[in-house]
Amino acid sequence: MKIAIIDYGMGNIHSVAKAIQVCGVEPVITNNKDQISKADKLILPGVGAFDDAMLELKKLDLVSVIQEQVKCKKPFLGICLGMQLLLESSQEAKVSKGLGILGGQVVKFSSTGGIKIPHMGWNDCKVVDKKCLLLSGINDNDQVYFCHSYYPEPSDKTVIAATCDYGVEFSCVICKDNVYGVQFHPEKSQTVGLKIIKNFIGLC
Amino acid sequence: MLSKRIIPCLDIKEGRVVKGVKFLGLRDAGDPVEVAKVYDQQGADELVFLDITASFEKRKTLVELVEKIAANIFMPFTVGGGIGEISDIRNLLNAGAEKVSVNTQAVKFPELISSAAKRFGNQCIVVAIDAKKQLDHWEVFINGGRTPTGIDALVWAEKVARLGAGEILLTSMDCDGTKNGYDLELTRAITQKVNIPVIASGGAGVLEDFYNVFVKAGADAALAASLFHYQELNVQQVKKYLKEKGIAVRLS
Repeated sequence: MKIAIIDYGMGNIHSVAKAIQVCGVEPVITNNKDQISKADKLILPGVGAFDDAMLELKKLDLVSVIQEQVKCKKPFLGICLGMQLLLESSQEAKVSKGLGILGGQVVKFSSTGGIKIPHMGWNDCKVVDKKCLLLSGINDNDQVYFCHSYYPEPSDKTVIAATCDYGVEFSCVICKDNVYGVQFHPEKSQTVGLKIIKNFIGLC
Repeated sequence: MLSKRIIPCLDIKEGRVVKGVKFLGLRDAGDPVEVAKVYDQQGADELVFLDITASFEKRKTLVELVEKIAANIFMPFTVGGGIGEISDIRNLLNAGAEKVSVNTQAVKFPELISSAAKRFGNQCIVVAIDAKKQLDHWEVFINGGRTPTGIDALVWAEKVARLGAGEILLTSMDCDGTKNGYDLELTRAITQKVNIPVIASGGAGVLEDFYNVFVKAGADAALAASLFHYQELNVQQVKKYLKEKGIAVRLS
């Protein structure tokens, strides 16, 4: 099994790679189109700003290869910003559109609800799609680590696999055919997070 | 519901844990990875590693250490101590730190906060504030608490939040080391002033101190060092206590 972690200079690659290693697979960290095409599964991590991330992907000419690979049904996991990039647009972005693999946009938490921004720390992941393979064995009271100010609002609500309550109930896991996205950091979510990564490697 | 976080803090000098951690059964109590694993097992929500290495040259080992930690524990951790350049922040984040904490250099060059936040996102920039009570306000100190700045801690907290800090690590110099409880007055003043998460630090001695800082002062996380290192309390015990008292905590 070849898992490629797409390296486009937007942080936390190392932690994601280590988590995959612990689950028994040696990942390839790459921004090479050939290696991305040859991999069995793809992971798009990401920390930072939406615009910067899209600009980096464009600079490396990776936008179309990602879109093509997703289209040919290769299992794909977006983590945090990497998940947000799957959507069409973001309130955070001034210039860039997203990858548009899923309909909808990324929106900012509203502080009017008396919540603090960023949403930082451990929160419950409420599974709504019990059939989502990525969440196999994950229970409603399992907590995962979040660290973000924006969240995805997919237009097709049937892609929502899990939600999280933080002033608003937002989608924290998205699952559509071969496309998976998590707003939290599985690579930092101890046993629960590693279970999700194992699921991606083994089941998805 | 978002859980309140319990965060052990480790002081690191030249890649080793200082202030002697006293855990039984550890092969090497000075090895940050070994100690981090213990806190991982105890159910700590995050860790903070504070590098107090004096020499700049030896600081380079910090990135290697962060890589080692990230390869062994799968929980968020923050690294701080002497960070002043965007490139330091990038290297530490790439090595696997979830967040980086800045203190002295942020006071001297506040634009460090905004440029780092823009580059890496607010959520990974923690500003550490060391504050000490003066007659009618709290004053910010830098250089490990040695140098007064004349800056009002409340004004500074508001400014760092505006510049893009994702979190404040607030240490009360008056309470630090006393074990008489967190500085509730200072912590409350700061949590009421800013809309970003605040980690309270300094003064934890007994279980009630954790309850008080969450309930009476509105902290989002509570940090402690020697209390945990000397096993006067362990993380699991603190969280069980809080849970019984109705506080949202993560119990694995």
